[in-house]
Amino acid sequence: MLWVDKYRPKTLDQVIVHQETAENLKKLVTEQDCPHLLFYGPSGSGKKTLIMALLRQIFGTSAEKVKVENRTWKIDAGSRTIDLELTTLSSTNHVELSPSDAGFQDRYIVQEIIKEMAKNRPIDTKGKKGYKVLVLNEVDKLSREAQHSLRRTMEKYSASCRLILCCNSSSKVTEAIRSRCLNVRINAPKEEQIVKVLEFIGKKEGLQLPPGFAARVADKSNRSLRRAILSFETCRVQQYPFSSNQAIPPMDWEEYVSEICSDIMREQSPKRLFQVRGKLYELLINCIPPEIILKKLLSELLKKLDEELKHEVCHWAAYYEHRMRMGQKAIFHLEAFVAKFMSIYKAFLIATFG
Amino acid sequence: MAPLLQSSQPWVEKYRPKQIKDVAHQDEVVRVLTNTLETANCPHMLFYGPPGTGKTTTALAIAHQLYGPELYKSRVLELNASDDRGINVVRTKIKDFAAVAVGSGQRQGVYPCPPYKIIILDEADSMTEDAQNALRRTMETYSKVTRFFFICNYISRIIEPLASRCAKFRFKPLPEEIMSNRILHICNEEGLTLETEALSTLSSVSQGDLRRAITYLQGAARLFGSSISSKDLISVSGAIPREVTEAIYAACKNGDFDLANKEVNDVIAEGYPVSQMLAQLFEVVVEVDDISDEQKARICKSLATADKCLVDGADEYLQLLDVVSNTMRSLCNMPQEFSYDI
Repeated sequence: MLWVDKYRPKTLDQVIVHQETAENLKKLVTEQDCPHLLFYGPSGSGKKTLIMALLRQIFGTSAEKVKVENRTWKIDAGSRTIDLELTTLSSTNHVELSPSDAGFQDRYIVQEIIKEMAKNRPIDTKGKKGYKVLVLNEVDKLSREAQHSLRRTMEKYSASCRLILCCNSSSKVTEAIRSRCLNVRINAPKEEQIVKVLEFIGKKEGLQLPPGFAARVADKSNRSLRRAILSFETCRVQQYPFSSNQAIPPMDWEEYVSEICSDIMREQSPKRLFQVRGKLYELLINCIPPEIILKKLLSELLKKLDEELKHEVCHWAAYYEHRMRMGQKAIFHLEAFVAKFMSIYKAFLIATFG
Repeated sequence: MAPLLQSSQPWVEKYRPKQIKDVAHQDEVVRVLTNTLETANCPHMLFYGPPGTGKTTTALAIAHQLYGPELYKSRVLELNASDDRGINVVRTKIKDFAAVAVGSGQRQGVYPCPPYKIIILDEADSMTEDAQNALRRTMETYSKVTRFFFICNYISRIIEPLASRCAKFRFKPLPEEIMSNRILHICNEEGLTLETEALSTLSSVSQGDLRRAITYLQGAARLFGSSISSKDLISVSGAIPREVTEAIYAACKNGDFDLANKEVNDVIAEGYPVSQMLAQLFEVVVEVDDISDEQKARICKSLATADKCLVDGADEYLQLLDVVSNTMRSLCNMPQEFSYDI
């Protein structure tokens, strides 16, 4: 098992990083009925871990026995029926799914599933009615219509069904939904906290950590705990015992992006642009999301540029990322950004060196 | 199996005024409607004003006071934006309901029970123009047996022919002391203690919207227990602490791009919503005295562009960075035009 999963806290008591939030959540579900919740924060900060721990707190160990299902829904949408396939992760008391996988038909998923959950309401041994929990991932990627129908269903079925929503950026969730949930912000762990977790894992695994090593791993991780633990494990596989100046391997795709970056800094020509296109395609084929590529490319460029160019380049990055979101094909906009950068940089070189 | 506890009602519903006279701060409306209760005579009404000022509450209260619990179901039709309200609904459901005649006005006990029905159209500004047009004739034809109550935030989205058929009432945002009164009343009932600064924080984060204030209060009470500090309220409301916005502004003023970039990265890592950040940055920029109007205008323009992009779903980090870079260029009097853009 990967360390990331092995040392994932199972209960709210074991949480190391967001102790205060965990305490509050525990109080919340033990004292009274649980409201709808909205967790938001950057990736790798522990939203999912907290949600799973919270479910365990509510339902006991039965929440851990999950099965993966691939289900098809037949949905009657007025004049025609739609078949939708979706993967769900469910236990007796909760169902977890990412409705945004259904693309533009996400609205039907939201309506159908919640309705179905509300219909078969669990009844406990004493004959009292309980409630089910529905965990929805990536709510920020839901379409506007889906979000609007969500707010209606949230009210209508609130007696038998609680929603836990999980997303990266709460700006993309409509105000109407945010105001119906208890918002919980999960911040990315601080570097000291990551160091603490790494030391904890090191102790459990019986590893000798040279001083400052954990801090370096944390520094490279961009405040993402998941990433820190993964690269920590990679280091362990590469070389053990650790030496204090051991290199921490960067991700493959990041290295590739910095290669692109130095390529376009060195030469600005149509020929080079053509080569870069090949490399960008390579990244896209390997399922690196285009906005991540663009952001990484920008941060690599910003390291090397003069102060006056930084403003210009970051403006164009924002501009093309926006267009990418509005458009269909990511490659056009990535390439347009590269071409724009080349043009700006060439003009700058000519103006400076003649 | 989860233990089922007393399902707690949202306080917004629990403390919704049940009678017209309890509606706070909207004297004009209250006076007219109290009169209605006595004479049982009522025009079509149009309530407009910012959210959380009591529009829906007033409409529901008058309906309840006119008909009482027994007749309410058969005499009042309530539709809001979450119900389907396309032109078909107007043509069928609303028209059918409006057409039904009602018995003569027999006063039942304390309730006047006037001889007409009420249709409440909540959030009427989200109705399409076609649907509104379809209502025009319906309103007049059945005016003998039906009264319409329109509720909306923006009166400009209601078409003129509808607006001119109604008596218009503007609901004012609640001033701080009236809001504080309500909040303290709820705190008393629920056994909460507010720390000294919490009350003013609550009114500043909710900006005259009583519903929002009560929702925040309940959220904080659930999460943090019965003693609530202003920090708790800020964390529940999703507002960004003032230090963070000021740090960003200071970094812009400083003129060092890398420093600003670091601040932006921190904001993203802390998980603050960028749309909220833009709103608060806007407040900071508007309030500051030591920059020229032109600089302010430039910054506001870049804020507006970024906000639109965010609505379209653009990346938060890049947009905030763009705003920060624009702000920095305005504050430090760097050239606005890009010099190498051909």
